[in-house]
Amino acid sequence: MIVDVGAPYRRRLEQALGDEAQRTAIERATARLSDQRTKALTTVDNPRLRDEARAIRQSAIQNLPSLLEELETNLTANGCQVHWARNAAEATSIVREIAEKSGTRRVVKSKSMVTEEIGLNEALENTGIDVVETDLGEYIIQLANEPPSHIIAPVIHKRVEDISELFQRELGMPPTDDPAVMCAAARQRLRRDFLGADMGISGCNFAIAETGTICIITNEGNGRMVTSMPRVYVAVAGMEKVIPTVEDAVLLWQAASRNATGQNVSVYFSISSGPRRSGHADGPEEMHVVLLDNGRSRMLERGYGDAALCIRCGACINACPVYREIGGHAYGRTPYNGPIGAVITPLLADDPTSYKELPYASSLCGICRDVCPVKIDLPRLLLDLRSDLVESGSTPRSERVAIRAYTRSVESPARFRRLQRLARIASRLPVLPPPLNKWARTREIPPVPAKSFQQLWSDKREADRGESGE
Amino acid sequence: MVDALYPRVGQAAVDLLEKCGATVLVPEQQTCCGQPAFNAGYRHEARRMARHFVDVFAPLVETGEIDAIIAPSGSCVAMVKHFYQVLFAEPGHERDRDRAARLQPITYELTEYLVDVLGVERIDARYPGRLTYHACCHLLRELGVDDQPRKLLAATDGAEIVGLSGADECCGFGGLFAVKNAELSTAMGRRKARNIRESGADTVAMNDVSCMTHINGLLARESHGCRAVHIAEVLNGSVDGDAKRALADDS
Repeated sequence: MIVDVGAPYRRRLEQALGDEAQRTAIERATARLSDQRTKALTTVDNPRLRDEARAIRQSAIQNLPSLLEELETNLTANGCQVHWARNAAEATSIVREIAEKSGTRRVVKSKSMVTEEIGLNEALENTGIDVVETDLGEYIIQLANEPPSHIIAPVIHKRVEDISELFQRELGMPPTDDPAVMCAAARQRLRRDFLGADMGISGCNFAIAETGTICIITNEGNGRMVTSMPRVYVAVAGMEKVIPTVEDAVLLWQAASRNATGQNVSVYFSISSGPRRSGHADGPEEMHVVLLDNGRSRMLERGYGDAALCIRCGACINACPVYREIGGHAYGRTPYNGPIGAVITPLLADDPTSYKELPYASSLCGICRDVCPVKIDLPRLLLDLRSDLVESGSTPRSERVAIRAYTRSVESPARFRRLQRLARIASRLPVLPPPLNKWARTREIPPVPAKSFQQLWSDKREADRGESGE
Repeated sequence: MVDALYPRVGQAAVDLLEKCGATVLVPEQQTCCGQPAFNAGYRHEARRMARHFVDVFAPLVETGEIDAIIAPSGSCVAMVKHFYQVLFAEPGHERDRDRAARLQPITYELTEYLVDVLGVERIDARYPGRLTYHACCHLLRELGVDDQPRKLLAATDGAEIVGLSGADECCGFGGLFAVKNAELSTAMGRRKARNIRESGADTVAMNDVSCMTHINGLLARESHGCRAVHIAEVLNGSVDGDAKRALADDS
């Protein structure tokens, strides 16, 4: 059973928690990725790497307007065409227009969450363009007609056996449990797609301002074919992706690789600084860069600049005990999930209350903050988002009433004791009132002692006084 | 929670502190630190509760009646130490911010205080059985307290300490999270319960009664013999007598 990303939150949770195959797949993969990450960080001075990575990202976000200007100037000087998109609709229509002008019929893509964010595939397919995902994971979910469920490993929710079944059904492959055999089959098909493609589309890991360069991190080699083989190359970049220098890109490449997959650096690092020039053996004839806002300025204005430091390594997702139980689809119609997704999905949405369950989908255990390579205080951001939701009146009325009543009793010790007595009685009722009923469905309620600690303490003090008085 | 549900934990904490040379005061006017409201996003309400806490404790510090505030809970201490500053950061709360800031350096979790301040190396405690330790999230990641409780447990007489896989992973309690996301919270807790079962321990010690309530609630439903116990009870040796009887009554 697949989690329906369009279903209400409760239903998505229920579907995710009931999907044993998916839970097994996610448990295996997140554990593996976390182990690899831990190993890869033992060989470096991680506290220093984190400090430096954070400093780079912070300076980028603090100087965003001037860096973006510098980036545009240098991209243009390199022969790129720069487009600014305020929202998803603008971004998709820009890419559609480029496709139309260049007579594009077939697009090959490398894995990109920002294009998932704006729904680019669907927008292009609606105009009759053939879109092929060339990252193996993305290729698999495209075959399965599912959205990605992890920013680094989009098909993390499927076990090898599920993928084998899918390949048998969709590609007519004989049964196999060997990932290499399945990979070879996909590679063979994708080769044809690369050769026949008019346009390549990628996202962007880092956009270097000083040189006007788009960098993408990949491991399969599909990225550089996307950026160099077709006639037209379009990179879609969230505007927060800009960084000042080449040295910054090298450091962040390492930080992202070690934290994402536990590699010292990724197998490929594709660097594009403009279209083919005379004398070049290959490269696209046109290169376009779409710089996307889509809620990012608003995120900064609302004081959530820390969330914009993210380098999308997925370490917080792999470490998250919530994600491990429910996977990515339970977060809804968003490519961003886990702790970082619970923060940025509501922030990027036009209506921040449209994802009001996500900031609460965390036990605030804090592991995400500890593993983040740029030290984003994710629990703090979740707490701030919760506070915003309360301020905007988006929490249930019953909860507001209960918290207010609780507050009044906390302020008055006598009332607090009465509340405790009331809770004691409530816990013994044959039919439990909320929220005790939600607790007791799966968990025992502890037996309530006859006297509270404070009562016992004052009894004892009185007894002591009595003794000393004699 | 200690007050209403686990007076024996409060008593064990007091006994331990007295055994180690401290004089213990229990201010009658104290209630709740406000964390449940703060974590749910209710800053205004949490601020009022925090103010009550500061009102109760700050005068005792100012008059020199107490020189430390100890709670047998990592998460209440994290609230007072770290999050009161968030609550009072807004303009208009300068006075409370200053008063709360003065409580910050003298507020300690029980085992942190025993080891770091009183310099306790071992407590004359006896616990015959297989013991393991669950690291509560706020204690471990907000306060950075981990060696202290482990050290004290390791020095317990008669206890065989066994490892717990995923010991530092969240049990899924998370305050209101446990009821707002009850099924998810349960799934996380069941994983914890499974790890505890597989550790072979008969007692899992921890420093927060909230996590303890969650874990015991699940272990009891699974009719498992292992029980979660607050570390103060183990260190006070009371698991042997009173608490073990209390545990037997529970099941």
